[in-house]
Amino acid sequence: MHPAYSIIFFTTASGFGYGLAAVLGMGVLDPSLGTTKAAYFFALALISTGLMSSALHLGNPQRAWRAFSQWRSSWLSREGVMAIITFVPLCASAWLSIFEDRHVMWIGLAGAALALVTVYCTSMIYASLKSIQAWHTPLTSVSYILFAIAGGLSLACAFAALEGVLTRYLLLSAMVALAGAWVAKFIWRGRMENERPLSTPESATGLGGIGKVRLLDPPHMTSNYLTSEMGYRVARKHAAKLAAIAMGFGGAIPVGLFGVAMVLPVSATIGNTIVLSALAFHILGVVVERWLFFAEARHAVMNYYGR
Amino acid sequence: MTTIPKPASSKKLGLVIDLDICVGCHACVVNCKEWNTGGYGNALSDQDPYGADVSGAWLNRIHTFEVVPDGAEVIGEEGDARVVHFPKSCLHCEDAPCVTVCPTGASYKRSEDGIVLVDENKCIGCGLCAWSCPYGAREMDVAAGVMKKCTLCIDRVYNETFEEVDRVPACVRTCPAKARHFGDLGDPISDVSKLVADRGGMDLMPEQGTRPVNKYLPPRQRTALASKADGFANENTDGASGFFAWLDGMLEKI
Repeated sequence: MHPAYSIIFFTTASGFGYGLAAVLGMGVLDPSLGTTKAAYFFALALISTGLMSSALHLGNPQRAWRAFSQWRSSWLSREGVMAIITFVPLCASAWLSIFEDRHVMWIGLAGAALALVTVYCTSMIYASLKSIQAWHTPLTSVSYILFAIAGGLSLACAFAALEGVLTRYLLLSAMVALAGAWVAKFIWRGRMENERPLSTPESATGLGGIGKVRLLDPPHMTSNYLTSEMGYRVARKHAAKLAAIAMGFGGAIPVGLFGVAMVLPVSATIGNTIVLSALAFHILGVVVERWLFFAEARHAVMNYYGR
Repeated sequence: MTTIPKPASSKKLGLVIDLDICVGCHACVVNCKEWNTGGYGNALSDQDPYGADVSGAWLNRIHTFEVVPDGAEVIGEEGDARVVHFPKSCLHCEDAPCVTVCPTGASYKRSEDGIVLVDENKCIGCGLCAWSCPYGAREMDVAAGVMKKCTLCIDRVYNETFEEVDRVPACVRTCPAKARHFGDLGDPISDVSKLVADRGGMDLMPEQGTRPVNKYLPPRQRTALASKADGFANENTDGASGFFAWLDGMLEKI
């Protein structure tokens, strides 16, 4: 699948935003602190810019409001509806922290739950597509949700560190979430690489009874919407390297750095640098992971195009 | 509404495509583009139409496949290879995933005849329906920003100002080899249903669970080329009589 930058940005930004909002909703950070107020604002900014980027890649963005209507059948519609509903408790929590220095637990928890449901809806847009076998598994949803939580906890660690209130408890939660997210991703990737293709050129043409089917002449010489949207291919050797980079940057290095920050008695400045660079590595790793999520996924229609 | 509607009748309009007959001339492709660029919805745009990197939205495309019999590494080793021209357009599936994924209600299946259509005034051009279709039946019109697909020429098949013979999809009307048939596949005694029954009409990618209405007729068994070739490569003159026996004898003596 074509890794469109708008969708990569949308899924990563909204994932981090909803993850941070969920962590804040649980009341982990002191609502009266300046960095907590900044974190609330940052979470809402990430979610909003992510949603806007996804709306801008539409062919007719002026009609985007129509996408709220088909929640009975469409995961994309459900995601839109949930995003709007989730804004209510998230904005309320942000208001309470920024202007009233307080956190109301039930509003916070409602926001956290809805944020994760919205991430689930996002993941189901992909996981519900049988035509893209790599995505068509509950593991897709598991990894989207775990990545949101890991990203949210990593961001929360950074905001807490800036105020000097980073606890070992928060660091440990981030490390556990990061490990969980990458274990899920590792299993997801193994499944993608090892599962037998559901559809083949033989089943796509129905000619398997005669023998092995190979494309002799494509329908046209240049690329078309289908080949550019769904025919994206990334060299296998590069994909393996990129996956290792994603896992190292996004998982191993942040876990290691958080561990160092937790164990070593370092000064506040050095501690902050360690935590912030762990976050930076994690973001970089997740962007690479999300790029691969699209670039590596093979669409069933390519059985007709010999790819 | 983008849920699949309960059928209002048993009618399932669709195409039957005969892979034994199609010669791969692309006439149906061209006539489809011609009809649909002036018919239902926005014109089918092309990008850079006279340039080197031309592309555009088409609703019907022909792929040509080579089928090598099982057990063969190279062509001709294990029986004859077949070249099969393969027209591909929307299959108007009974469980159409492109309908249920649509967030706006633009993509819908008609309860009265099963035709899958896009209401271009509601389409936001998100492209998710094209992702959900395993057959590649939907292509974005980049100029209009809306999704295009085969309408089964709904503006022809119900058009009473047309003569009866023209009330079929443009691709069917134009096919010079009669490889394409249009009719009601929900009616077991219709011509198309009989064709499907006689020739073992098949679904494409049944494993995707889409239950296509359109059916494909597999190529017929063919007489092996080698069995015909014997007569041409005959080195044996035994049994020749009359003039040929005399000629054979004379030529032997030279």
